[in-house]
Amino acid sequence: MTMSPSLARRWPDLAVVALLAAFPWFGGKFEVDLATTIMILAVFALSLELLVGATGLVSFGHAAFFGVAAYATALLAPKAAAPALLVLLPAAMAAAAAFAAFVGALSLRTRGIYFIMVTLAFAQMAYYVFHDTKLGGGSDGIYLNVKPVLAVGGAVVLDLDRSLAFYYFALAALVATFAFLAVLLRSRFGRALAGIKANEQRMRAAGFSTYPYKLAAFVVAGALAGLAGFLYAVKDGFVNPEILAWHQSGAVLLMIILGGIGRLRGAVLGAFAFVLLKEFFQSEAIFGAFARHWQLLLGLAIIACVALMPDGLIGLAAQLRRTRAVAPRAS
Amino acid sequence: MDLATFLVQCLNALQYGLLLFLVASGLTLIFGIMGVINLAHGSFYMIGAYLAYALAPWVALHLGGGFFTALLLGMMLAVAFGYALEWGFVSYLYEREHLQQVLMTYGLILVFEELRSLFAGDDVHGVKPPDWLTGSVPLGDLMTYPVYRLFMSGVCIAVALGLYVVIARTRIGMAIRAGASNREMVQSLGVNIRFLYRVVFAAGVALAVLAGMIAAPVSSVYPGMGNQVLIISFVVVVIGGIGSIRGAFLASLLVGVVDTFGKVLFPQAAGVLVYVLMAAILLWRPEGLFRQG
Repeated sequence: MTMSPSLARRWPDLAVVALLAAFPWFGGKFEVDLATTIMILAVFALSLELLVGATGLVSFGHAAFFGVAAYATALLAPKAAAPALLVLLPAAMAAAAAFAAFVGALSLRTRGIYFIMVTLAFAQMAYYVFHDTKLGGGSDGIYLNVKPVLAVGGAVVLDLDRSLAFYYFALAALVATFAFLAVLLRSRFGRALAGIKANEQRMRAAGFSTYPYKLAAFVVAGALAGLAGFLYAVKDGFVNPEILAWHQSGAVLLMIILGGIGRLRGAVLGAFAFVLLKEFFQSEAIFGAFARHWQLLLGLAIIACVALMPDGLIGLAAQLRRTRAVAPRAS
Repeated sequence: MDLATFLVQCLNALQYGLLLFLVASGLTLIFGIMGVINLAHGSFYMIGAYLAYALAPWVALHLGGGFFTALLLGMMLAVAFGYALEWGFVSYLYEREHLQQVLMTYGLILVFEELRSLFAGDDVHGVKPPDWLTGSVPLGDLMTYPVYRLFMSGVCIAVALGLYVVIARTRIGMAIRAGASNREMVQSLGVNIRFLYRVVFAAGVALAVLAGMIAAPVSSVYPGMGNQVLIISFVVVVIGGIGSIRGAFLASLLVGVVDTFGKVLFPQAAGVLVYVLMAAILLWRPEGLFRQG
């Protein structure tokens, strides 16, 4: 096992991490805040990539796990004292994983388009539970008053209330998620998921009981979405039912497709592209009063992106090479 | 709940279910026959409602017509619009994966919503029902029921019957049924499948627009009204079994009953109930009540 070739393949990832780590030095307050949001959404997109890209399970209800963890964060935190990071984060992820185990156990009985719709149905259920009951403050939402801290022996080592500390915490979460999934997908478990995506019948014929594998992937994806939901709740200090709405599930699907399905890098790239595209169309400096109608341009951009880049941004280079090879020579 | 209240709720459930059927029937046809997941279908409902709002004064002023003239004009516009949209956009989706269809039609929702905002603004508007439909009929000693809601149910029943006759008894209906079960075979037998698709899509759009137009006086006209209907219509399509008109009809009524009575009996859990119903049915029959082909 030599280290250098795998390291050589990893240089784009390492470069991006270095760039993100250095970003607070040259980015303004607004840019750093935006980068934090993007990193949180990148974790969210990575979690869905495990299902859609790696296992071939298209979930249209992934926002539910993000939202359940965000609500768990806000509800479990003490009202006046600073919650302990090492308690609150695992608790939030466990809540998301538990809900994912419940949803996955039932919805994995269906396939294809029915699976898409059942996951949507469960997410809508979660949405209405938080929207219609007093549990999380109804449609008004709920506040997280004091941000979590990491304290060792009474001394606060990490206070997520400080935006720079939170930025690096989000970056660490993104790197950890990416590395974890990269290792997971190379493991025997990851290979089994790839086999299920390619041909589930054959995997079963080869002696794999595919259901536990799919369920495990669903729960892990739910827990990672929970990590993103925790970060989201801590960042804004506020959670409302809209984060569980089907638009959010659609948006995160969009991110991984925009970036390119089947590649972890694609999910991260997609999160960046989606948020920046949205910011671009919302910019009044560029579009003036028309920026109010940013969704029109975003919608057209989505259609154009999917139509012109079926393999996503990550596959763009390969796609262009192919087109050039096929296209008749102009002379 | 006394008898009169129960009767009123039954009528409400029927009316809501039938209205859902108008939207869901087009969705299930487009889904089952062309294999396209059209998230923008709810937008057609929204467009219908805004057409009802915009056309009524225009028709009264220029054509001297009333409610039915506006309805007819709206339907004609809808067919033309659906035909053009299939030709210019949807026909490119057939070769794509489901996931890409979901995203491209999701993009279309954003476009339609913003165009609505550009042309009609973001305010809530009321639409008046025609004068001769504004009364109420007495129901028991204390309750009354608005005539317009009965009229809505009547229109929906007429459309459902018409749809049944067309699909079960006519040549084009036969081609549609055949197209749903085996596209290539129908094509090789000489049916112009491209034309068939265009007709089915235009009909689906027209049904959703009709639903929006007749619903406008009851629900009023407001931003985002299409999304709510879209998700519920998908629930109906999936419960009924993709591609099955009969399944969509039954599922619409089921959803209408569960939603209406849920709001009366369990107001706290009303939003959840329809999805619980869908999950339960899919766990019992993973391909819906009437799966075709």
